[in-house]
Amino acid sequence: MDNHKELTRLTPEAFANNFAETVPGLTRKAAMEESNRCLYCYDAPCIKACPTSINIPSFIKRIATDNLKGSATAIMDANPVGASCARVCPTEELCEGACVLNDESEPIKIGLLQRYATDWAVQSGQTLFKPGPSNGRKVAIIGGGPAGLSAARELARDGFAVVVFEAKPQAGGLDTYGIVSFRLPQSISLWEVEQVEKLGVEIRTGIRVGVDVTVEELLAEYDAIILAAGMGNVPNLGIEGEQLEGVYDAIEYVEATKSDVPPYPIVGARVAVIGAGNTAIDAATCSVRLGASNVKMVYRRTKDEMTAYDFEYEFAKQEGVEFSWLTAPKRILGDSFGRVTHLECVRMELSNALGKDGRRIPTPIEGSEFLLPVDAVILAIGQKRHHGLIDLLGLEHDRGVVLIDETTRGTSHPRIFAAGDIVFGNGQGEAMVVSAAEQGKQAAYAISRHFASSSFHSNDSVAI
Amino acid sequence: MADLRINLTGIPSPNPFWLASAPPTNTGYQVQRAFEAGWGGAVWKTLGDPIINTSSRFAAVHFNGQRVAGFNNIELITDRPLEVNLKEIYETKKRFPNHAVVVSLMVEPKREKWHEIVKKVEAVGVDGLELNFGCPHGMAERGMGSASGQQPDLVEMQTMWAKEAAQTPVIVKLTPNITDITVVARHAVMGGADAVSLINTINSLAGVDIHTWNTVPHVGGKGAHGGYCGPAVKPIALSMVAECAKDPKVSVPISGIGGISSWQDTVEFMLMGATNVQICTAAMHHGFRIVEEMIDGLNNYLDDKGIAKVTDLIGQTVPKYSTWGELDLNYQVVARINAETCINCNKCHIACEDTSHQCIDRLTDANGKAYLKVREEDCVGCNLCAIVCPVDGVIDMVEVQGTHAPMTWNDRQKALARKNSESSEMEAV
Ligand SMILES: Cc1cc2nc3c(=O)[nH]c(=O)nc-3n(C[C@H](O)[C@H](O)[C@H](O)COP(=O)(O)OP(=O)(O)OC[C@H]3O[C@@H](n4cnc5c(N)ncnc54)[C@H](O)[C@@H]3O)c2cc1C
Ligand SMILES: Cc1cc2nc3c(=O)[nH]c(=O)nc-3n(C[C@H](O)[C@H](O)[C@H](O)COP(=O)(O)O)c2cc1C
Ligand code: SF4
Repeated sequence: MDNHKELTRLTPEAFANNFAETVPGLTRKAAMEESNRCLYCYDAPCIKACPTSINIPSFIKRIATDNLKGSATAIMDANPVGASCARVCPTEELCEGACVLNDESEPIKIGLLQRYATDWAVQSGQTLFKPGPSNGRKVAIIGGGPAGLSAARELARDGFAVVVFEAKPQAGGLDTYGIVSFRLPQSISLWEVEQVEKLGVEIRTGIRVGVDVTVEELLAEYDAIILAAGMGNVPNLGIEGEQLEGVYDAIEYVEATKSDVPPYPIVGARVAVIGAGNTAIDAATCSVRLGASNVKMVYRRTKDEMTAYDFEYEFAKQEGVEFSWLTAPKRILGDSFGRVTHLECVRMELSNALGKDGRRIPTPIEGSEFLLPVDAVILAIGQKRHHGLIDLLGLEHDRGVVLIDETTRGTSHPRIFAAGDIVFGNGQGEAMVVSAAEQGKQAAYAISRHFASSSFHSNDSVAI
Repeated sequence: MADLRINLTGIPSPNPFWLASAPPTNTGYQVQRAFEAGWGGAVWKTLGDPIINTSSRFAAVHFNGQRVAGFNNIELITDRPLEVNLKEIYETKKRFPNHAVVVSLMVEPKREKWHEIVKKVEAVGVDGLELNFGCPHGMAERGMGSASGQQPDLVEMQTMWAKEAAQTPVIVKLTPNITDITVVARHAVMGGADAVSLINTINSLAGVDIHTWNTVPHVGGKGAHGGYCGPAVKPIALSMVAECAKDPKVSVPISGIGGISSWQDTVEFMLMGATNVQICTAAMHHGFRIVEEMIDGLNNYLDDKGIAKVTDLIGQTVPKYSTWGELDLNYQVVARINAETCINCNKCHIACEDTSHQCIDRLTDANGKAYLKVREEDCVGCNLCAIVCPVDGVIDMVEVQGTHAPMTWNDRQKALARKNSESSEMEAV
């Protein structure tokens, strides 16, 4: 059963074209019209709906009065990754969903206006913030994603010396490596990184904490540590055939598209994506743009239970992605060369029993197995937890979700704080760039408060 | 961060943004909230013999979906007892020693009345006084407000009376309901005014309800003329400020008022000669927090331009504001349409065709695509097409080299006069 086709890769030109940002920014005229439509509400609901509490009416009024620097500053002040958020936030669930004009006419296009103002800042090359006068304290941050960067920025503004340890060659976390370029170009995330570096924050890239530097070294050298390492790659499904050529981890798969043509032969391929969350959607739309002839999302529940946002689902449909609901993978079959040929699936039905998360539990329909001919299978059923790192740090956790005190953002270790995806899960928040940013800010403020109230001065006198 | 401090005739203020004498400055509670929000100064709601206000009092003109293009009111001066106001003024100044607290006054045109109120108000500790000769309704019927503001000698005399008693600077607030504002301004200066502020509101009727045939606003079915303010009056106010600024006989600082709602408006008024600005409608429309956007915008503008202090703006455009007779009749601009960015709404074409000089042609290129082009030799450079064009930067008005040397109407008249006298001299020989 060898139905393998000769598959190729995109030309660099086609790649550049397909992965360029899809949604065009506002023109000046559109930005003026839209910003003048904003009511400038008092105690505005959009501000409350933004996890980072950006003063939205204010930044919009500044666009309307040609003060783009002031506008971008208002945005970035509240949200150190405000340019990325302008592109990837589920705005209809957040600010735009709360706009009082929803029922009266059309909500204000807050995301696009935010992008208009921050694009100006990116292009202007201006540095928007200044570091605070040094307070003599040092903080190490593990992970340079949205949570780590936000924490670093706020600490630097408060006078701390900050060093960010980042395993990857560049900082920015999933903004730089995880979210597809046609929604979020890498240059935007790297601009945010640069803004943080301009405050004197040192970002040591290519350093994996626990491997290249030990936890003990960090604890000895720094007054406090913020753990902001996010989550890991996609876990194994635990089915037969996962090692075959043509089976990909969605996180790695998307990452490979962020800077250059990825090494995967996808032009003309039939692709099955397993999962229906944000990552699965990104992997699926990525595959379409890499030239796949057919992309199917295989999900064991229905549309109602999927965790991807409505706008993501709509976007995927528009891109031509097909959805196989109530379908679970059983095993992956390959040819004699070890290359993927089929995905064996089984039909599911939702039972009336509810799972722990309140969703109905899907069960297989006996004898409904069938074979799906495919050239590639992408696994996107979630992200692994950093168990190893958490154990090295000796932190209490619940199945890899680091436990923290909501108000102090402190972990079970008195000098280690945590923020972002690493504390997400099991009822704590939602994995979003904007909530990671807010948590990073809060962790920074917690550290400021911690030291403001402590009488100790240098790290060696701090009681552990 | 630029230096935003100003000093209006000896009254210092942390920034040029003052609340004008009006509902926003009615009470100590309000003025203190305003200072907390960032306003640099406030002119207290006009004090005088308390009056009775009507209900309703305000109306607005909305324009194509934008609310409050203009604002109309029939409110009078304060309706609260003088003692209450004085107590709150005292408390406010005590809490905000570095902010400008100026108190607006209006009494009958009698010397002792002015002396009395000036002394009472200065006794609680204020930074300055503003004489309200501007209110166009209600008070005018009693011989005050614009009724006295329209009589230059009354303005001069009352200013003098106030000055006789005053220890702090006296600002005279002018009514625009007059043919030539500089006449009254000069008389205020002759009376000893330390500064003038302008404009107060312009006579207006906001509208008529076409279903009930009532006026807008109306008080139990009856209406009366009101005073107009808000964005719509800005060009009128700006020209009056400019007229005063360039008149050497109006030799005192100017506080600019009328339709100011953004930092850009503020810059315009300051360039045109105002030392600071006063604002009412924009605060009534959006609340005191609007000043944050104004301060931020002004500061970024100054930083961008490398201007260290806001006072460097004052009057910069005044020398450029001349008279028609001094304009170069041989200067020429023509309209140029950028076919790349044009959206082909044809609005410029029909505007020029029907109401200007018929010089925008509708053409078709080799690919059958329609485009618009100006016949520059026929264009008089009136700006109309650029005004009606809905897209930024599509129509540029570009300077073209004229064939004649610069020549103003005044030059021309002088040259003609010279010629005539030369020829008459010749004839005389
Ligand atoms: C495909 C995909 C699409 C998404 N789309 C959206 C979206 O549209 N909108 C949205 O709001 N959110 C989206 N998310 C979620 C969002 O990206 C995350 O919630 C957010 O990035 C979390 O930020 P973080 O800083 O906690 O973690 P991360 O962004 O994961 O950053 C953690 C950083 O820590 C580094 N690190 C890890 N371990 C170590 C170590 N031992 N030493 C040093 N460094 C280490 C990592 O290299 C990484 O750079 C998406 C996620 C994925 C995977
Ligand atoms: C409701 C209302 C009441 C006003 N009352 C006074 C007043 O008591 N004394 C005064 O000098 N001007 C008064 N004014 C005029 C304002 O101070 C100001 O000169 C005018 O509104 C123009 O400014 P604006 O366009 O910013 O509103 C009033 C204006 C309004 C709208
Ligand atoms: S704003 Fe409305 S509620 Fe307030 S006094 Fe005026 S009419 Fe009454």
